[in-house]
Parts: sequence; structure tokens; C-alpha cells
Amino acid sequence: MEFEFKTAEDLLKLTKKYDHSISTIAKWYEAERSNKSEGATRTQMKMVRDVMYEAVKKGIKSNQHTEWTGSGGDAHKLFNSLKDLKNMMGNKVTVRAMAYALAVNEQNALMGKIVAFPTAGGAGVIPGVLFSCAEHFHAGKRRLIKGLFTAAAVGLIIAERASLSAAKAGCQAEIGAAVAMAAAGLTEMRSGTPQQCLDSAAIGLKSYLGLVCDPLGGLVEVPCIKRNAIGAMAAIGASDMVMAGIKSKVPFDEVVSAMNNIAKHMSSKFRETALGSLAITKTGNEIKRKLGLKVTEEI
Amino acid sequence: MPHLSIFDIAGPIMVGPSSSHTAGACKIGQFARALFHKTPQKVTFYLHGSFGEVYKGHATDKALLGGVMKFRTSDSDIKNAFEIAKEKGIKYEFIKKNLGLKWHPNTVKIVLEDGKYKMAVIGSSIGGGMIEILQIDSFKVHIRGRAGKHLSLVVMHDKSPSVTRAVVKYINSLGGIAVDEVVGQSLKDKTLSVVSMEGRRILLSEVMELEKIKGVDYARALSKLQKQQ
Repeated sequence: MEFEFKTAEDLLKLTKKYDHSISTIAKWYEAERSNKSEGATRTQMKMVRDVMYEAVKKGIKSNQHTEWTGSGGDAHKLFNSLKDLKNMMGNKVTVRAMAYALAVNEQNALMGKIVAFPTAGGAGVIPGVLFSCAEHFHAGKRRLIKGLFTAAAVGLIIAERASLSAAKAGCQAEIGAAVAMAAAGLTEMRSGTPQQCLDSAAIGLKSYLGLVCDPLGGLVEVPCIKRNAIGAMAAIGASDMVMAGIKSKVPFDEVVSAMNNIAKHMSSKFRETALGSLAITKTGNEIKRKLGLKVTEEI
Repeated sequence: MPHLSIFDIAGPIMVGPSSSHTAGACKIGQFARALFHKTPQKVTFYLHGSFGEVYKGHATDKALLGGVMKFRTSDSDIKNAFEIAKEKGIKYEFIKKNLGLKWHPNTVKIVLEDGKYKMAVIGSSIGGGMIEILQIDSFKVHIRGRAGKHLSLVVMHDKSPSVTRAVVKYINSLGGIAVDEVVGQSLKDKTLSVVSMEGRRILLSEVMELEKIKGVDYARALSKLQKQQ
């Protein structure tokens, strides 16, 4: 394959060789791999964007709550706070990004339609960051699609070299990966160089190394939903640092290796089994009892 | 290893909350329905391992039933699967059951019935929405629920090499398709063959022609399901 890449280094070489952005290389990669036209590939990404947009739109209005943990309605609260920002410390872009991220994951928990980008549990970070920032730039739809392709390219590197599954590598592989992907996508939307995109991804992922997957009752609700909102803030922060001229000391490929190293030593209690951390607190066990699950330990 | 798609990362489009417990479960239901080939009057789901433990919170039950009614993984109707099944007059039941140590924690045995016919399908959801169909009635199979090079066809026929040969010969006579591999398992006087093909997708009319071959009980194409996101 001409546009094959499995590492950030491969990807950087391709961007230099063809003098094009990460998003363009990702688009060409997909067209070549799936034997589709560039146009068809872009159309498919537009569908992804539209589904995300619908989830955001529905989520910020929703006041529905989930059956088991009662999660829900928080996106609506945070979105309403945008009307009066003087009591908020974050600016309009970051607060809106958090509201959108909450919206998507609340919809996920309520069985709404979402894009598992990269996974269902981490589905809020990318639309949160990219949609909120696109609104700020008054960016056209084309620029948003570019951000989505760049985010997917970074996710592909993580999937190739490590994992995007919390059952295998903990939450660092879901929310952590989503933060890295969103940060890179945002940097490309801000016309950062490919190197800057990957530096943003590296700074984002570095900050999420070691995060465990410890959902209450094994449900994709607590703490997953709010972790998406904080992840959106982190991604914007990583991109801001890079756009201010800061570089990542450790290259992205090495950060992915570090993530893999942690995954190898991570106890299965912290990998989506609800047998450790928050899942076995007093509150976690209450949810387990409600679901009729066995309570093994309390911390 | 085939190259990952950008849309393996930016996708699948699905209804929440979990790719393995919701989207994967729906897909196993779709395969069971395609293998049974008609709307069942009654479906019984035996939920094994983690499927049995946490199915309620992940709507695994609704997704399985939705799949049996041919819903896609992104169909918002999955949420209302119970009501829709009642409207269609499909009886359903969910039973928590340990199917044995050898099975993946996310496994289900689906028994479909319509008065005359009965079929049991066992499938596992192995993560990220990917699934495997591992048993059809008493026959062991291995069918992957993801787009790939090979498109599968499941054929139940009399235990006779001449029938297998006739099936392969017929498929190879079609333009644009070639048989790559046939894995058969025989019990008593019947054989269940999983035929892997390369090339274009087999047409329904061609599958129906296959069923006319003497000694063939039924043929089911799964290519459409394997290609679907």
C-alpha cells in the first residue's frame, strides 16, 4: 500500500513526501485500502459527522435519566450555563465542549444513536472538542471533516500499536486515546503542522497514562460520562500548549509504547470488570446490588 | 492482518451503550435470523457469562431481540424491541445459563422456532462490535461477523461428497465468484458446510438455485451481514 502507516513516524514521512496534511493522507489511505473514491470516503465521514451532530443536539436538550445510576440531564445544565458565563472560569469554547461531550455520552447511556469514535465509552470527547471549536472559528464543514480524519489517523496508530479497548488496556485506551485524537484533530483545524498535531496527541495521551477502567456496576455511565467532559478540556489544553510553541519531549510513538507497557502490567480488576477502584466503593456496590450483581469487596 | 479502516476507528455508528454488549449482541441476532431465514414465532435466548450477568444494564436483551427482527446496530428501534416483538406476535424469553467453560464470556445460544422448524445458533461477541458464530444446531462452525475477503455461505445437505461437489461446481460456474474453502462437519446423515468465497456477492436468486440441487436442505448467504458496518 502506498499510503500505509502504522506509526506516527510513518505518517509524518508520508505528509512530508506528499506535502499534505495528516487528514489528506488519512483520506487517501482509506480510499486506497477500501478501493473507494476520495469523494466516497469523504461522504462516509460526513455521515459520521451528522450522526455525532444529532447526538449532541439531542443530548443538550435531554432531561432523561438512566435506569440504574440516574445519570442524565447534566449536558443540559452545563449548556444552559453558557447563557451567563460570568460565573464560569472556563471560557465559552471549553464549557461548550464539555457540554457537548456530556451530551453524547448521556445519549449513549440512554441507548441513543452515537458514533463509537474511538469507542462507545469515549465517544463524547471528539465531537465535544471539534464541534465547539468549529463554532468558535465559524469553520466550514470541510474543516471539521479534516479534523475528524486527523483524529481517526491518530486512533489508527493507537489501535495498530496498542489497543482501543478498556477491557485490554483500561480507560487510558478509551478516554486517553480520545483526548490524543481530539487534540490532534483540533490542531489540524487550527492549521498546525503534522508535527504539531502529533505533539498535541502526545501531550494529551501522556496526561492520561495509567487511567483505569472502573465503571460502577460495569455500566458505561459513572464515571465514563463526566470523564468525557474533562477529556475535552484536556484536549483543548494540549492543543493550546502546542499552538503557543510548546513541543512534546517524548514523541507520540513512544507514548503509545508507554501505554502498552502499563496495559501489560495492569490487573484485570482495572479493565472493565467492575472489580476494582470506583466500582467497589460503597456507592459502586450499591449500584451492583441494584443490578443484582455479586458484591465481592468494599474499599 | 488486513489493514484497519479509518471507519473502524470512526465507527461503528450504533445505539449505545456498549459495542460488545449492545452492537455485538444485535449482530449475533441478525446472523441467527439470517440462518433461520424466516420470522420465528418463538425465540429463546440462553445468556452465558457476562451476557448473563450484566445484560439488563447494557440492553443486551433488546439488542439480541432487535437483531432477530433484522434491526441494524444503529437502529433506534432497538430500544423498543420488546414492544415491536409483541406487535409482530413473536414470543421471546431470556434465560441465564452457563453454557460451559469453553465459551467466551459474552456468548448467547439462540433457539428460534416457528412451529414446523427449530434452529439453535451459538454466537460470541468478542469486542468492538466483532462477533463469531460458533455453532448451528449441533454443528460446529466458525463464521466471523466482520467485513473481510471471504464471504460465507452456509449449506445444510445430505452427507455425500457428490452433493458437496455439486455445490462447489455450481458456485464456481457463476461469473465473478470462486470457492476458496469449504469446511464441513457431519453428524449422522447430514453435513453442514461453511463455504468461503472470493469475488462478488452471491445473489439471492443464485442461492435459491443452490437449494434446488438434489440433497441440499437449505443454503443461507451471510455476505450482506458480514459486509455491513
